[in-house]
Amino acid sequence: MNKRIQKLREQSLNAKPYITPERAHLITEFYKSDIAQRVSTPIGRALAFKYLLEHKEICINEGELIVGERGPAPKATPTYPEINAHSLQDLEIINSREKIPFAVSEETKQIYKKEIIPFWRGRSIRDRLFNEMSKEWKDAFEAGVFTEFMEQRAPGHTVLDDKIYKKGFLDFKKDVRKSMKELDFFNDPSAYDKKEELKAMEICTDALILYAKRHARKARELIIKEKNLKRISELERIVEICERVPAHAPRDFWEALQYYWFVHLGVIIEYNTWDSFNPGRLDQHLYPFYKKGLEEGTLSPEKAKELLQAFWVKFNNQPAPPKVGVTAEESGTYTDFALINIGGIKTDGSDGVNELSYLILDVVEEMRILQPSSMIQISKKTPDGLLKKAIKIIRTGFGQPSVFNADAIVQELVRQGKSIEDARNGGASGCVETGAFGKECYILTGYFNLAKIFEITLSNGLDPRTGKKIGISTGDPAKFASFEELFHAYEKQINYFVDIKIKGNNIIERLYAKYMPAPFLSILIDDCIEKGKDYHDGGARYNTSYIQGVGLGTMTDVLTSIKYNVFDKKYVSWKDLIDALHSNYKNHEALRQRFLNKTPKYGNDDDYADNIMKMIFETYYRAVNGRPNTKGGLHRINLLPTTVHIYFGRVTGATPDGRKAKEPLSEGISPVQGADRHGPTAVIKSAGKIDHVRTGGTLLNQKFTPQLLASDEGINKLAHLIRAYFKLDGHHVQFNVVKADTLREAQNNPEKFRNLIVRVAGYSDYFVDINTGLQNEIIKRTEHESF
Amino acid sequence: MNKGIIFDIKRYAIHDGPGIRTTVFLKGCPLCCLWCHNPEGQEIHKEILLRRDRCPAECFICLDICPQKALRKPNGEIQVDNSRCDCCGKCVEACVYEALKIAGCEVTVEEVLEEIEKDRIFFEESGGGVTFSGGEPLMQPDFLDGLLKECKKRKIHTVVDTSGCASFKTIERIAKNVDLFLYDIKIINDRKHKHYTGVSNKDILENLKNLVDIGKRVVIRIPLIAGINDDINNIEKMARFLKSLRKIKQINLLPYHKGGCAKYKRLQREDPSADLKQSPDEQIKSIMSILMNYGFFVKIGG
Repeated sequence: MNKRIQKLREQSLNAKPYITPERAHLITEFYKSDIAQRVSTPIGRALAFKYLLEHKEICINEGELIVGERGPAPKATPTYPEINAHSLQDLEIINSREKIPFAVSEETKQIYKKEIIPFWRGRSIRDRLFNEMSKEWKDAFEAGVFTEFMEQRAPGHTVLDDKIYKKGFLDFKKDVRKSMKELDFFNDPSAYDKKEELKAMEICTDALILYAKRHARKARELIIKEKNLKRISELERIVEICERVPAHAPRDFWEALQYYWFVHLGVIIEYNTWDSFNPGRLDQHLYPFYKKGLEEGTLSPEKAKELLQAFWVKFNNQPAPPKVGVTAEESGTYTDFALINIGGIKTDGSDGVNELSYLILDVVEEMRILQPSSMIQISKKTPDGLLKKAIKIIRTGFGQPSVFNADAIVQELVRQGKSIEDARNGGASGCVETGAFGKECYILTGYFNLAKIFEITLSNGLDPRTGKKIGISTGDPAKFASFEELFHAYEKQINYFVDIKIKGNNIIERLYAKYMPAPFLSILIDDCIEKGKDYHDGGARYNTSYIQGVGLGTMTDVLTSIKYNVFDKKYVSWKDLIDALHSNYKNHEALRQRFLNKTPKYGNDDDYADNIMKMIFETYYRAVNGRPNTKGGLHRINLLPTTVHIYFGRVTGATPDGRKAKEPLSEGISPVQGADRHGPTAVIKSAGKIDHVRTGGTLLNQKFTPQLLASDEGINKLAHLIRAYFKLDGHHVQFNVVKADTLREAQNNPEKFRNLIVRVAGYSDYFVDINTGLQNEIIKRTEHESF
Repeated sequence: MNKGIIFDIKRYAIHDGPGIRTTVFLKGCPLCCLWCHNPEGQEIHKEILLRRDRCPAECFICLDICPQKALRKPNGEIQVDNSRCDCCGKCVEACVYEALKIAGCEVTVEEVLEEIEKDRIFFEESGGGVTFSGGEPLMQPDFLDGLLKECKKRKIHTVVDTSGCASFKTIERIAKNVDLFLYDIKIINDRKHKHYTGVSNKDILENLKNLVDIGKRVVIRIPLIAGINDDINNIEKMARFLKSLRKIKQINLLPYHKGGCAKYKRLQREDPSADLKQSPDEQIKSIMSILMNYGFFVKIGG
């Protein structure tokens, strides 16, 4: 890493996140204006977007090669009052909370008090959303049965393909105009709506070009003041680039990166989309520019690396917009989930790995920062060299890159009805979510608490935490004669809550379609332009709504324990079991130990437990998969938690697997923390029994002590372990290579471990930044002592 | 039915031969090396292990359940009277805290193979297989032979990790189904060998020579214990002997670790290895270079 990058990286690491009122102020000013009252909703959004890009402060940091910030400075984080109009109390919490704080100045609070809150209260999506939800939905939401992704952040969940490297925004503008021209007002009843949407897209193309030119202007101003000749020539080049892209297609590596970055900023300024947009298959997209640059002698590997590193810093400068309440619980991190895909396969099915794949891994290793996150896609065809290089980085312990099965991703996408080409050009984004990049709107709608629903089943529809009846009556479990009867009751409750969630989703999707179209994002995702339809309204070629199941490991152990201890072996009476749970195992420690130590558990390649896991999977799958959404697509399942397993655990009482009340649930498809006692091959065999291909992504966490990976042989064997998992169609695996002792020390002396990064669930985070519950969970996950 | 006694099966064993392996530990060993890290593998009969740290003071379930009345708990500390205990396992079954365990389990060839088969996909992916270790697997020749035959029938790669302390006839009998031997050599001086391991090394060295002569692939393992066998004199002698066998290519050095100490406590035995130490890094390095100078491929561990 050269001095420039070191400096930029340090600046990024040291910058403290704070709230800038800039965006909130500008968007409020726009919506108060006359023009906003006179235009259709999509055009209003487009003009608002343009207003933001015309008026926001332009920031070019010292020594930067890639320019543009979402806010006025690195880590100056804007708010999106049209989605969530934070209250003064919210701002106070955001400012003062121990974990993931953002500084909020008095001035910002005043602007909020005088301008923002009065205008948006009742109009924001969050307010509208809660007004529209049924009592059943609210009860379930408050009980922690499910979460709702769209209550504070806009749907995003998409990744770019290669289109911007071939076309400029002037070309997109032509496409928009062509689509407008072809509108058939005689036969198409929605022609007018389409026209308004397309006009909105056209405004957005102009807006982004204008925004880039403002950077050129700013760079010119800097040139006048600059004394360093080398910097002057860099700034001159920046001027040239910002004049060129995004209006036109990029000509070289540098232009390609800068072009993407403007697009990225456009997406994250338009809305606070979930899972920060990202360039996806970066090594594929940039390779032609890289090759051309090397051939022409205009680029060297060192220069390419420097530009990539400068690009990396830009991601790290943009923390995820502040979240509050349940949404902060489910995703408590500064990370905004931009996941760079490396490797994989090409459109024609051949191996996609190139020199740039390796170079990008070098960048990941040297940068060692939270954002962007990175992953490798491993197919049958991927050379071992790439996998082993990645493992060497994983060995250093900061959890990147995560490892994905490219062949499984293709199978998953094709099963969902995507063309083979679109599937091969896809990948995973966010934590582990499968998507057809550049062509799909794949929305994560909320986490679904499988353990809480079982607790409700045990109480015949009651939530024991509040005493409220929020489920349906499925009978008193004490009277059930068989395990099957119990399972059937559980299935009914799952179906009941999935229905509530889907009904909510289908309303919320329409709220966004009607009130919050995304004309800028719609330019980028096929086939919104062609269809004249918004990304939020079914414009994308593929539209999938996910509900993410959480607690598969916990629930497997819970049901296994009941089947084994109550029905099969009859070690425990139903009454004793319920007494133990109600008392949180007080005076029932021996029983708890039996559940912990003498009962089959998921993660040990034991079919007794694993068959129950499959039953739960099938039940959840049947409840969700194939149910229509409002965009012409379907609901599907995936299995990942971010940080919600801590929150879901906190609202769930003691469970019959020996888990005490409020303790975390298992995460992703990983076994319950500490329940896997037969090593990694047994975990992988158990996890391999899930039919990954019928999901849109699963998340498996593995712990490894550093010593297991100390030698090259250890690395080879881990590579084999991963390949074997992928033969079983496993979707994803990630590794925490750190000793539990180190983590405990970090917990006690956080100031000494500011830089310790660990894998959480689908992303990495600073250990000292995550909450204590999650810290403990990771420590527990990291160690297991055998007899 | 061909039965034997094992004390553990470990999956994802990555230090016991090529690839990802499952290691089966057969119980019983003719040696009693001072540095033994699997003392629960020494006796061929079952033994009870205690984890006092897991045993809550207020629990007496095992005392009540033991038909032999072999368990006591004076001052809240669990004790087993080994003269009474017949390792029936009732206490282990009853102890939900996992404070008790029986080392030693009678199993059939078929049962062991069932466990081995679970990781076949990893063996095939990595060029791994099964390793029979111990104890000394040759202590149960019929059982070992049965296991190896069945593995070969199922095309599973086999490794035997042995001290070489058996009759050559026994070794020869099983050898045809063994793809690789991990063969321990400890000390060249026979008097010292007897002192530290309880047996003479005469047959061990002779068996190694014969094994190499019949064309079997052998990797040598040398445990290194500070002040016992890590002296240059011993290493030089070993190197010369191994060189004289001509076909030995690889030596794995296993620096002593304290992994066995806790187990003596669990077996309620005196820990004879309390004073043992790992050789200093410098010493290990110079041993490596000596052996490498003899033309061996040398690695630490495995």
